[in-house]
Amino acid sequence: MNHWLVVPVVLPAFVGPLIVLGMRRDLLLQRVFSTAATAAQLALAVWLMVQALGGEVQVYRLGNWAAPFGIVLMLDRLAALMLVLAALVGLAVQLYAIGSGWDRRGWHFHALWQFQLMGINGAFLTGDAFNLFVFFEILLIASYGLMIHSGGELRLRAGVQYVIYNLAGSSLFLAALGTIYSATGTLNMADLALRVAQMPASDTAILRVGAVLLMLVFAIKAALVPLHFWLPSTYARAPGPVAALFAIMTKVGIYGIIRFFTLVFPADSVIERFAADILLPAALVTLIVGQLGVLGSRHLGRMAAFAALGSVGTLMIAVAQFRLPGLTAGIWYLVHSTLATAALFLAVDLIATRRQGGSQWLRVAPPIAQAGIVAALFFAAAIGIAGLPPLSGFLGKLAVLQSVRDAEGVAVIWAIILITSLLAIAGLTRAGSLVFWKAHAAQDAPPPQAEPDEPPHDATPVSAPLALTATAALVAGMVLLTAFAGPVMRYADATARQLIDPEPYIEAVLRNQEGVK
Amino acid sequence: MEFLLASAIGCLTAAGVYLTLRKRSFAVVLGMTMLSYATNLFLFATGRLVIDRPPILSEAAQGYTDPLPQALVLTAIVISFGMTALVVMMALGAFVEGGDDRIDLPRRDRRGPRA
Repeated sequence: MNHWLVVPVVLPAFVGPLIVLGMRRDLLLQRVFSTAATAAQLALAVWLMVQALGGEVQVYRLGNWAAPFGIVLMLDRLAALMLVLAALVGLAVQLYAIGSGWDRRGWHFHALWQFQLMGINGAFLTGDAFNLFVFFEILLIASYGLMIHSGGELRLRAGVQYVIYNLAGSSLFLAALGTIYSATGTLNMADLALRVAQMPASDTAILRVGAVLLMLVFAIKAALVPLHFWLPSTYARAPGPVAALFAIMTKVGIYGIIRFFTLVFPADSVIERFAADILLPAALVTLIVGQLGVLGSRHLGRMAAFAALGSVGTLMIAVAQFRLPGLTAGIWYLVHSTLATAALFLAVDLIATRRQGGSQWLRVAPPIAQAGIVAALFFAAAIGIAGLPPLSGFLGKLAVLQSVRDAEGVAVIWAIILITSLLAIAGLTRAGSLVFWKAHAAQDAPPPQAEPDEPPHDATPVSAPLALTATAALVAGMVLLTAFAGPVMRYADATARQLIDPEPYIEAVLRNQEGVK
Repeated sequence: MEFLLASAIGCLTAAGVYLTLRKRSFAVVLGMTMLSYATNLFLFATGRLVIDRPPILSEAAQGYTDPLPQALVLTAIVISFGMTALVVMMALGAFVEGGDDRIDLPRRDRRGPRA
């Protein structure tokens, strides 16, 4: 067994408590250890991805127990890709948090960061449905702490809503797992896939209920309309870097949908094409709501949140095909939209920290410091999220459009994607021109005396080169994704092929079990 | 027995959903607690209801009850208990900072402070 598989979970699980217990009062030490741990996770994730390139599915049996009884961790192409993405975004955004001084504004930022990464890594690696629930809870608990980092009335109120919504989601998750367990008698994902496939068609009513409940749970995490109500206020009110990290959190829900509805409940099993039939309209409405929100927001953070919602919609349109081209386009767009959403949130935070009182309202205010470079970063992130050339979003949208060409109602889907793109462009353009250009007209006017959005804290270092570099790194990620589009697309294609043929995955878990307890 | 348990779960869920939809955070926290009780009972019942059987294989006993849901329930109870404590603390924080315990966001979350 390859013991490196468990390290992405164990490493942050050790570093987190170490930071809380050993270096609570020393921010410098916290920064050094936490950044080193995240960088190590990135290196490890890349190394695991190299191992997964060949297509072999690796299994790690915790405690060396035999498969359907013990918990397994699985590494295939999709899991490796998600690990790399999480570590990459985690590292860039963490450097931003350090550079912008966000980590100074409250307690335990770095410890919570490590716990968050632990939950995310575990959710991508695990091959056991109940273990997935546990890792979901870990990442949620950490995200509750990060969400209300540095406090403030509206942030706490939005945080309470976020926690309650997700608690309801967790109850639903447990109910779904209970239903599936009572129908199949197992919770190991590979074993589930086998038993679901063998189940007689007359005996699947409870199982179908479980499958749909599970889809609802993942749709809550992915923020698909009509289960998206937690997202706008949470993302708009969370600290900027935390909202940027949350870009990967919606992707955990998408990952769950991809994993369960290709492995356990594929289109030819009990639920037939039910998942696709529900998810596609939901994705289209999500896209419309998201892009309308971009146009209609009066608050920069809320605009970025709706842009994130729109990108989830586009992504889900591709994934809901559950066919090879759709999954390939979806995986590509997943990588792109995570980078673009994180970059947009960081660019918005760059603006907010330079405005009086941290104001994110779309109102004319005096010009900000370093307006040139901040505007360039905002422009690049906006191009990325709107899907304009030359950045990777354009290729992603092309791939999504291409993948639905054979679907029913292709004209409607294309029209919705293209028209809503225009809405997003209009919304982002309006925001950019208002913040950066109209500001010059207001130069001489007295600054409006509004109550500050952010609770008072030490003055942020305005130049903050590290924060600018970290945002630029995410933009550079999109540029690299465009430059190396060929290899990445081939990897996405190989990943999709691995997903629609789950036989080797099941084989790896349940057969070849010599030397286990 | 099945009827009793099923109706108990149903009542708890109904009360939980009703309370969760209230607009004061105290009622919502109570509602979440009831929902998690209902879920835990449901999870416990997924291993089928059996009386007087040990959760391990034993030659002396006549049968056994499925131990896995019991382990799952234990995990779920710990997590939901911790979560309830956390949401109470956060609701208290919002109450102290904002002056009331309404669960919905005030108007200035969407419209902004008056400039």
